[in-house]
Amino acid sequence: MELYIRPDYEVVRNESRCIACRVCERQCANEVHSFDPETGLMRSDESKCVNCHRCVSLCPTHALKIVKTDDTYRENANWEAQTIHEVYRQANTGGVLLSSMGNPKPYPVFWDKLLINASQVTNPPIDPLREPMETKLYLGSRKANIVRGEDGLLKDTLPPQLKLSVPIMFSAMSYGSISYNAHESLARAAEELGTYYNTGEGGLHKDFYKYGKNTIVQVASGRFGVHKEYLEAAAAIEIKMGQGAKPGIGGHLPGAKITEDVSETRMIPKGIDAISPAPHHDIYSIEDLKQLVDSLKEATEYKKPVIVKIAAVHNAAAIASGIARSGADIIAIDGYRGGTGAAPTRIRDNVGIPIEMALAQIDTRLREEGIRDNVSLVVGGSVRSSADVVKAIALGADACYIGTAALLALGCHLCRSCHTGKCNWGIATQRPDLVKRLNPDLGYKRLVNLVSAWKHEIEEMMGGMGINSLEALKGNRLMLRGIGLTDTELRLLGVRYAGESL
Amino acid sequence: MSKFQYVIIGGSIAAVAAIEGIRSKDSEGSILVIGEENHVAYGRPLISYYLLGETDLPRMDYRPADFYEKNGVTLRLGVRATAIHPAKKTVELAGGEKIGYEKLLVATGSRPFEPPMEGIENVKERYHFMTMDDALSLEKALSPEKRALIIGAGLIGLKCFEGIAVRVKHTAIVDLAPRILPSILDEAGAKMVQRVLEEHNATFYLADSVAHFDEHKATLKSGKEVEFDILITAVGVRPNVELIKEAGGEVSRGIVIDAGGRTTLPDVYAAGDCAESFDVASGTKKILALLPNASFQGRVAGVNMAGGEAELTDAAAFNSIGFFGTHVMTAGVYEGEEHLDRTETSYKALFFKDGVLKGFILIDHPERAGIYTMLLRKRIPLSETDLKTLEGAPKWSALPEEMRRDFAREV
Amino acid sequence: MKRIYVNEKWCLGCHLCEYECAYANSGIADMVRALKGKTIHPRVQVDEDGDIHFAVNCRHCTDPVCVQSCISGALTKGEDGVVRIDQEKCVGCLTCVLVCPYGAVLPSPEGHAAMKCQLCTDNQMGEPNCVKHCPNGAIVFEERSAL
Repeated sequence: MELYIRPDYEVVRNESRCIACRVCERQCANEVHSFDPETGLMRSDESKCVNCHRCVSLCPTHALKIVKTDDTYRENANWEAQTIHEVYRQANTGGVLLSSMGNPKPYPVFWDKLLINASQVTNPPIDPLREPMETKLYLGSRKANIVRGEDGLLKDTLPPQLKLSVPIMFSAMSYGSISYNAHESLARAAEELGTYYNTGEGGLHKDFYKYGKNTIVQVASGRFGVHKEYLEAAAAIEIKMGQGAKPGIGGHLPGAKITEDVSETRMIPKGIDAISPAPHHDIYSIEDLKQLVDSLKEATEYKKPVIVKIAAVHNAAAIASGIARSGADIIAIDGYRGGTGAAPTRIRDNVGIPIEMALAQIDTRLREEGIRDNVSLVVGGSVRSSADVVKAIALGADACYIGTAALLALGCHLCRSCHTGKCNWGIATQRPDLVKRLNPDLGYKRLVNLVSAWKHEIEEMMGGMGINSLEALKGNRLMLRGIGLTDTELRLLGVRYAGESL
Repeated sequence: MSKFQYVIIGGSIAAVAAIEGIRSKDSEGSILVIGEENHVAYGRPLISYYLLGETDLPRMDYRPADFYEKNGVTLRLGVRATAIHPAKKTVELAGGEKIGYEKLLVATGSRPFEPPMEGIENVKERYHFMTMDDALSLEKALSPEKRALIIGAGLIGLKCFEGIAVRVKHTAIVDLAPRILPSILDEAGAKMVQRVLEEHNATFYLADSVAHFDEHKATLKSGKEVEFDILITAVGVRPNVELIKEAGGEVSRGIVIDAGGRTTLPDVYAAGDCAESFDVASGTKKILALLPNASFQGRVAGVNMAGGEAELTDAAAFNSIGFFGTHVMTAGVYEGEEHLDRTETSYKALFFKDGVLKGFILIDHPERAGIYTMLLRKRIPLSETDLKTLEGAPKWSALPEEMRRDFAREV
Repeated sequence: MKRIYVNEKWCLGCHLCEYECAYANSGIADMVRALKGKTIHPRVQVDEDGDIHFAVNCRHCTDPVCVQSCISGALTKGEDGVVRIDQEKCVGCLTCVLVCPYGAVLPSPEGHAAMKCQLCTDNQMGEPNCVKHCPNGAIVFEERSAL
């Protein structure tokens, strides 16, 4: 017996405003809306609604809204409706629950418990509209040795670097989990902004090789889409050891999203779920990792930095210390709020640690061990605004990855249904009629707008602190103060409490 | 003797289009228009709408009042050209005046055909229905107690009926053909339109003709008798080809011209109802006495007269005509495979042959019909089109992607 | 001149343009009041067949066949390049509908006349309303060359 589970949302249509243009009907891939020719009225079946707001956004007379249902079970602070539904659903199906995007649970957000400093009187603020403000930076290892050539002149031994005009990159999202048009938008935006986007473990579509100098290619446990040209096309190579949304497990791309084109790009069969292994089967130690780092470097003639990406987990600092000694140039850390196209709900919602804690601890540990300059640190996993970027850099990051924010710029409304493959916004889908809803000509401009706006804000905040370069902000935890934090949290973050002077 | 760079004989649509064609290439050269009618150009088909009260004399002018002045055109209206002398490059007017030209356009149109009809001279109130003057004099004769008789159930006769229907007591219409609009409708389509006209007080005598006229009575070949007060003859038109013929130019059914509007006489062009066209649907040369065709031909001739290069390569017969709200659109020829879609109140027939659309009849299906006309005129091969969809409705989305690229560029 | 172009690749077939057009030409300030309970007669039409969609407006052709074919002189191409129809002069013969190769001149719902896109120069919008409200940038208003 399947138990009926009442929908979480209700579609409210203001009949006095609805002109029955049927745009909602045509635009809903979940087939919530329908037209009743007898009455001339629109109807909706909310059991299918995922609350993606496509209909709400496109309704020309603003006749629609989606509300949380007020249908309720007997109130219970322990057994909330969501929890009860999940039990019903599993009892109905016997399956593992799947979810998408980042952890939505009400865990503390430490970004919001950190406040940024500003200069007054003695160390005057800098006005970024009138004075130079450096947001350019380089990612890579600074382990240069002093070597002289036979002519006695200094040789450049600096390992390869990535040059960024802003401390923001687009995080790994694979072609397959997101659409061709989403990828094109990201690639073109990265090119225009002077930063990088990341292929994820989906391979690089042949059309996008031309954006290679702004592309980071990923080598993940499934090795999907990895081949010589792929590595050569990129500006940098990222070894994905883990992902913040689902630490400890591999990737999962539902078969429905594996179209001809995706299958060709990934070099995997069409229509069958692609499940990449939890571990890299050739990596069980830092020494093994070093072998892969070295192999990739050898394969690309030591011209490209290698990034190792891990999920933020309890021992992140120790692991990072190992990675910094493995020959990797950059460490990417993905916090537990990071997004995903599909992950088991329990893993997404219960595994990992906040990026703020992981970052502070890793930066501290690498400094203590004197190897901070061996690597650059890139953090992601819910960087939501320019303020989060500034705080991350002050905590010790070199740059940030943004994924969810980028998708929001492309139209994502965080309905968290990516795994269904029916994204009404043309982002997390491969259905051609849906993919075309994201016009990259518009999408890439929105991404450029977003990052440009953040850049201005970062400059404003840096100027306020009297700082005119990212280098001077990096790891400058005196620029942060905690609020509403416990002593332990303050200690782990390495910041003082608000009101505490030097 | 006065002399003009461009002389146009005829002042109707082909002339206007020729002026526009000339001026698209030459903004200076002098232009003279010699028009027999005492009006500036007006759409001749408007005369039925005039009687219906849907337009009036000022609104019937084809171009704004300042059109001729703005284009530097000298108008000689109410004047008849009697001869052309291609060797001397002159036009002779009634009264003997001669005018020199560099380039001449003959756009003399057509005149009503008068078949010999026994006893016709007994009829006092006799009209044609072709010019504004025809309509104005007919209008004076109309009154609610009078009975009208129209000879000819073609486009002109029936549009005339629509114009006078409510202004006379009753109208009888006689035609030799077994169906109305024989040149543009098939039997089924003709029946449907006939019903509409009959609902508006018309009585048809088809496959019949007048054997004898008395002043108020026509005796038909069938023996039937029709009483009437006003007679309108609309049995067809004859092209005015005499000027060219007498000057030694080639004339077949109409004046023979090439795709650029050139007659066989040097520097003499022809356009409009007096000239032939190559009809793409039938693949033959014929007179397409239609306003749009006069306009296309006039423009092409004008451009070429002014030294440009233009050709009319997609001429075809097409008509859009309404009767009391029922709208009839037709084009091409009705040959080949026929696709029919018929309801009580509408009718649609498409004719395909040799992989192209050859003709169509649309009764009360006007929406986007121009797409069908385009397919017909451009002889678009239908092998790559979604024919099923196209039969349902004219659509570009049923056409190959290659064609649809047209939407990305300026046209 | 600036014209409206449609890119089939980005047209979603949502038909919003048709409603925005009907609204723009309704002369009524409130969209709900203009369109509620009414059958719309937009001057832009989404041409569609299966997965193919694109919104078709008047192309404002360089040599407009509708203008050349008009029996009353109601259709003109202005100095600004805009092909306009004078509703007063039009007698509704629909010859323009029969000749427009794009199917962009339409019978007017009131009968006795044809209607067509005039790039919103004849209403209060100031700029083509379909272009402004196309959710996917499929309809654009810009200069392009013949090639």
